[in-house]
Amino acid sequence: MLSLKNLWVEYGEKVVLERITLDIAEGSFVSIIGPSGAGKSSLLRVILGQERPTRGTISCEGVPLRPECGPDRGVVFQRYSVFPHLTVLGNTLLGLEFAGSPLLARLVGAKRRAARAEAEEMLASVGLADSLDLYPAQMSGGMQQRLAIAQALIMRPRILLLDEPFGALDPGIRADMHALITRLWREHGLTIIMVTHDIREAFSLGTRVLTLDKRRHDPHAPHRYGAGVVYDLALTRKQADAAVSQDCGITIDTVGNN
Amino acid sequence: MRWVERKPTRGAALLLGALPLAALAAVYLTFAALRNASNPADKILPLPAAMAEAMVMLVFEADPLSGQYLFWADTIASLWRLAAGLGIATTATLLVGLVLGVLPPVRATLGPLVTAIAVVPPIALLPILFIAFGLEETAKVALIVIGVAPFMIRDVAGHLSALPREQVIKALTLGASSWGVLLRVALPQALPRVIAALRLSLGPAWVFLISAEAIAADIGLGYRIFLVRRYLAMDVILPYVVWIAVFAVVIDLALSQASRRLFGWAHAAGH
Repeated sequence: MLSLKNLWVEYGEKVVLERITLDIAEGSFVSIIGPSGAGKSSLLRVILGQERPTRGTISCEGVPLRPECGPDRGVVFQRYSVFPHLTVLGNTLLGLEFAGSPLLARLVGAKRRAARAEAEEMLASVGLADSLDLYPAQMSGGMQQRLAIAQALIMRPRILLLDEPFGALDPGIRADMHALITRLWREHGLTIIMVTHDIREAFSLGTRVLTLDKRRHDPHAPHRYGAGVVYDLALTRKQADAAVSQDCGITIDTVGNN
Repeated sequence: MRWVERKPTRGAALLLGALPLAALAAVYLTFAALRNASNPADKILPLPAAMAEAMVMLVFEADPLSGQYLFWADTIASLWRLAAGLGIATTATLLVGLVLGVLPPVRATLGPLVTAIAVVPPIALLPILFIAFGLEETAKVALIVIGVAPFMIRDVAGHLSALPREQVIKALTLGASSWGVLLRVALPQALPRVIAALRLSLGPAWVFLISAEAIAADIGLGYRIFLVRRYLAMDVILPYVVWIAVFAVVIDLALSQASRRLFGWAHAAGH
């Protein structure tokens, strides 16, 4: 569905990404891993439309993507994804309000009731049905990320971008979140691109794992070569079901378990 | 227990806070009584009775010349100027601070202008204001506005431009326009900061008000203080100063309470 052709990202002299050519199939769950500074987040920002690539094109089903953020691509960041001045319900309603009322960005009457019902349903599906009136500062990190996901999904984006979404969570909560995101990915038929530092997470959730790193290295001018995709693994044998059962807390170590 | 860990209870804190104030009053009364004992006509440190006597005339008796109750007329005139100045400054902050903080092209255009106005000492502009607006109310209100608005605008704009970039990106992916970001993301988060900036600006606003009244006015708290100074009338000056202090404290408390009630989310940090 998404197609990146010969993409380069440079910041001044510094080349961050070079020669990225990728095709991402609809419905896939792509994990991106790589060392710090390998341009994982830059790649995500370019796909999101937050940054314009220096060279190359991105197209979605043959149509070039505008280098601008919009409701066709949802995003969840590691932090600051939710608005501190809005309640859980307000955060979730916000997207519907922008869509339904361009001038005031507020809905009233029947439209609001319909939007509220939709938001409540979405919140129930991420497990926040009982926290509608809480503010983000009153919630744990895990609940905030659940809210960020609900807030993004209410716009029904086809592509969901996750930038280390579970990086700040403790391990137990993280397992719950893995189960949640896997379920939502299948229910909504999403295409997910996730940047992560956690290799286990990358392999247990993804249907495809990309590793970004520098192919070439010039010791005298380390900034002159950017990172590219050095490994591109399609996890065909692993089904989504396996990921779910693994993430329900049972971990079976198959290698080196002594 | 170490001092850094000692937390006074609410009652103890009130008592501790009252102690220095009481000590100050006691020191004043002691010296006033000493001076009064050696010279009953002393004007420099009047006793409370003398202050009360002087104030009764201003509070309860109409001035024979103008027919006004001077104390109340002074209070109303000063508060009106203060409210008008702070009201205009707050409105300007909301309008300019918001676009300055959120829209980079506006920041590039208007930022240097606001900074240039902010670095000029407002009192140095007072003669210009008097020449431009005359000696009436406009110049005094304008001095307060010019004195506090640039600070408030810069504070609020700085706060907004320091909001996490993720928030703006997130709003855009939710379908927001620039207007939507201004209205639903930036404005609500600016409001508590505007109140905080307003509280910090109250002190300077009083300074500018009293300066303007001292130089050219025919009524007002600052005008009265500087008028009676010619007669060493400490029995009027001191109660006026206390009265101004009471207003400053009450306005500050009211703003702080309003902020907590209206924007509870902004005060819940560190749950």
